[in-house]
Amino acid sequence: MRIALFITCFNDALFPDVGQAVVRVLRRLGHEVEFPAAQTCCGQMHFNSGYRDACIPLVDGFTAAFAGYDAIVTPSPSCAAMVRHHHATLAASDAATRAHPDLQDRVAAVTPRVYELTEFLVDVLGLTDVGASFPHTVAFHRTCHSVRLLGIGDRPERLLAAVDGLTLSPVPRADQCCGFGGTFAVKNADTSIAMGDDKVADILSTGAEVLTAADTSCLMHIGGLLSRSGSPMRVMHLAEILAGPGPEARR
Amino acid sequence: MTVPAEPVPPIHATTRRPLPTFRGTPPFPEAARTALADPQLRANLRRATTTIRDKRSRVVAEREDWEQLRLAGAAIKDEVLRDLPALLERLERAVVAAGGVVHWARDAADANAIVIEVARAHGTTEVVKVKSMTTQEIELNEALAIEGIDVWETDLAEMIVQLGHDLPSHILVPAIHRNRTEIRDIFRDEMGKVGRPAPADLTDDPKQLAEAARRHLREKFLRARVAVSGGNFAVAETGTIAVVESEGNGRMCLTLPDVLITVLGIEKLVPTWRDLEVFLQLLPRSATAERMNPYTSMWTGVTPGDGPQEFHLVLLDNGRTDVLSDQVGRQALRCIRCSACLNVCPVYERTGGRAYGSPYPGPIGAILTPQLRGIAHHPVDKQTASLPFASSLCGACFDACPVRIDIPEVLVHLRAQVVEHAARSHRIPTPEAGSMAAAGWVLQTARRLGRAERLASLGGRVVGRRGAIGRLPAPGWAGAWLRRRDLRTPARESFRAWWRRTGGRDDAR
Ligand code: SF4
Repeated sequence: MRIALFITCFNDALFPDVGQAVVRVLRRLGHEVEFPAAQTCCGQMHFNSGYRDACIPLVDGFTAAFAGYDAIVTPSPSCAAMVRHHHATLAASDAATRAHPDLQDRVAAVTPRVYELTEFLVDVLGLTDVGASFPHTVAFHRTCHSVRLLGIGDRPERLLAAVDGLTLSPVPRADQCCGFGGTFAVKNADTSIAMGDDKVADILSTGAEVLTAADTSCLMHIGGLLSRSGSPMRVMHLAEILAGPGPEARR
Repeated sequence: MTVPAEPVPPIHATTRRPLPTFRGTPPFPEAARTALADPQLRANLRRATTTIRDKRSRVVAEREDWEQLRLAGAAIKDEVLRDLPALLERLERAVVAAGGVVHWARDAADANAIVIEVARAHGTTEVVKVKSMTTQEIELNEALAIEGIDVWETDLAEMIVQLGHDLPSHILVPAIHRNRTEIRDIFRDEMGKVGRPAPADLTDDPKQLAEAARRHLREKFLRARVAVSGGNFAVAETGTIAVVESEGNGRMCLTLPDVLITVLGIEKLVPTWRDLEVFLQLLPRSATAERMNPYTSMWTGVTPGDGPQEFHLVLLDNGRTDVLSDQVGRQALRCIRCSACLNVCPVYERTGGRAYGSPYPGPIGAILTPQLRGIAHHPVDKQTASLPFASSLCGACFDACPVRIDIPEVLVHLRAQVVEHAARSHRIPTPEAGSMAAAGWVLQTARRLGRAERLASLGGRVVGRRGAIGRLPAPGWAGAWLRRRDLRTPARESFRAWWRRTGGRDDAR
């Protein structure tokens, strides 16, 4: 199986550790990962902000970079959702102009092979125990796009539950949005922060040592609030926990 | 829904006070700031939305066929939108055959003029009103006030809003922003000025409050000769109008006066009686989290010797046919005004309804108001243009909507319309459009992106400390982020640079 990593532009520039963690997890499970160097961005920020036209070259670039792989794995549920729900429509809207030949066919070939990390681990590899250990109490934030757009359900929790030594501490009002919302975080900063403050209070009420989620964008927002308030809580992407010390560290 | 300039504010004939208005509401971010700074409002909203949310999930979970009901509801409404002209004519024929009068109103001014004419013909100086969103949309109370006709809102929460010289903040519970003590104070201070006063020893006990309201309203019901209502549904095949409510105050207005005027948005149709079955299951569970609402009133034209002997139906367009012409946006016309989307919305929970600057607040307001104001066809004012951005796109509204309106999809669609209008009316791109274009250019090739990442990393190291940028006065989006949130600096080495250097092999770095 040829596996490509779709790191996403956001993680590429800001959270390279997350990509390295994905590579480590998959390699430990016996899979080689490739990084198609031509990849850039799925177009989500432009799409959600109303700049539809700017997305089409990005969709074009995405299909070119990832053509020919059996699985394209990404540590970002919201980017996976962008590809799954909107690339086909964007390609269709471009079809009339014929600016990007065969774009619809290329999208149709690539899109079904795009998996968010936990989908790939649980559905494709059929695993919940990835052989990690992490002896800490962890609060898990269910990001809106992972649950509502992508429908990854409890896959992350199942993966976390199988991590050796890890204690999951349930977050109250878990279905509530953290207030990140892409450009919403800056265009409606006050509302975004008010939502974030409530989320932070719910997360801190768990007494967990570590906060994790399947998407770094929400973590950057919640983490930014935590860090400003001087909280010692650590913020990690799910992949970084799953990449934690392997079987050799297990008793 | 055009918003013409209004030089003189309309005055309530009895109280002599100007009627409050949504006109002049600032763009959403600014209006939200006012609401966010009000701790009492935030507490009231949080309590109310949390309670109704939990109740709704419980009663919805009771129905195994909830998803099928939603699909049926959406399909019936889509059918209505497809066959609207024929169905409207069918409705008109049925209403006329049953002794009613049908009026067609292109816009708010038309509709208000029709109501005024009917009220004048009966020489009345007051009307009682059943809770209705449509009449708020057309600002009927204001139009009647200018003619010296007083409107008495008879829905309990609407009455609280009216007595408090306030604006509604929720579709179903317009006084959701008020708690019991505030309501007690409003009753005690205001009821006496417009009718039967509240008892001097009134407490905030709900029973006592309800009793005071009942006595105050009873006087108005018995006196009024003309009533105005909206309608939840209109059955095209029989000409029957349905109003669904909890209190029975609507039923009083619909049965006691001699004349009834119903203002109905043209999208409120269902083809047949059988179709009502679906909506009478969807609506109460979504709206008040009840299995069935206490009062469902239905009437067909006039019935000699029983109820109003004169019935006028005003069919209102007011931008709806424009909405219908937008393939993505038209799903907003399926809305049955249940307010489930407001109750689950995390933005609404923090800002309340008035920040949306229209009687339609929350997620549905964010997609309906801009469309009714013509966003698909022409540039709109700043407040209207800010509405599609008043969402984190969390999707809770879509999950809750009983007629499956994909609100996030419509929000993003309307954002694109805002961006297109801006591009057309600015010869030099706005700063936002400029940065989006620059980002789009950078993201087009991996080489450009790699170079930008190296630059950003350098920049980040200049302003950041220990991998984070803290409090820093900065303009624009950066400042908005940094006011309360630290920002992670771009990594020293991007993932792609690391991969190029190590081939993905150097796990330890
Ligand atoms: S959009 Fe849907 S959830 Fe919101 S009020 Fe309308 S019908 Fe109810």
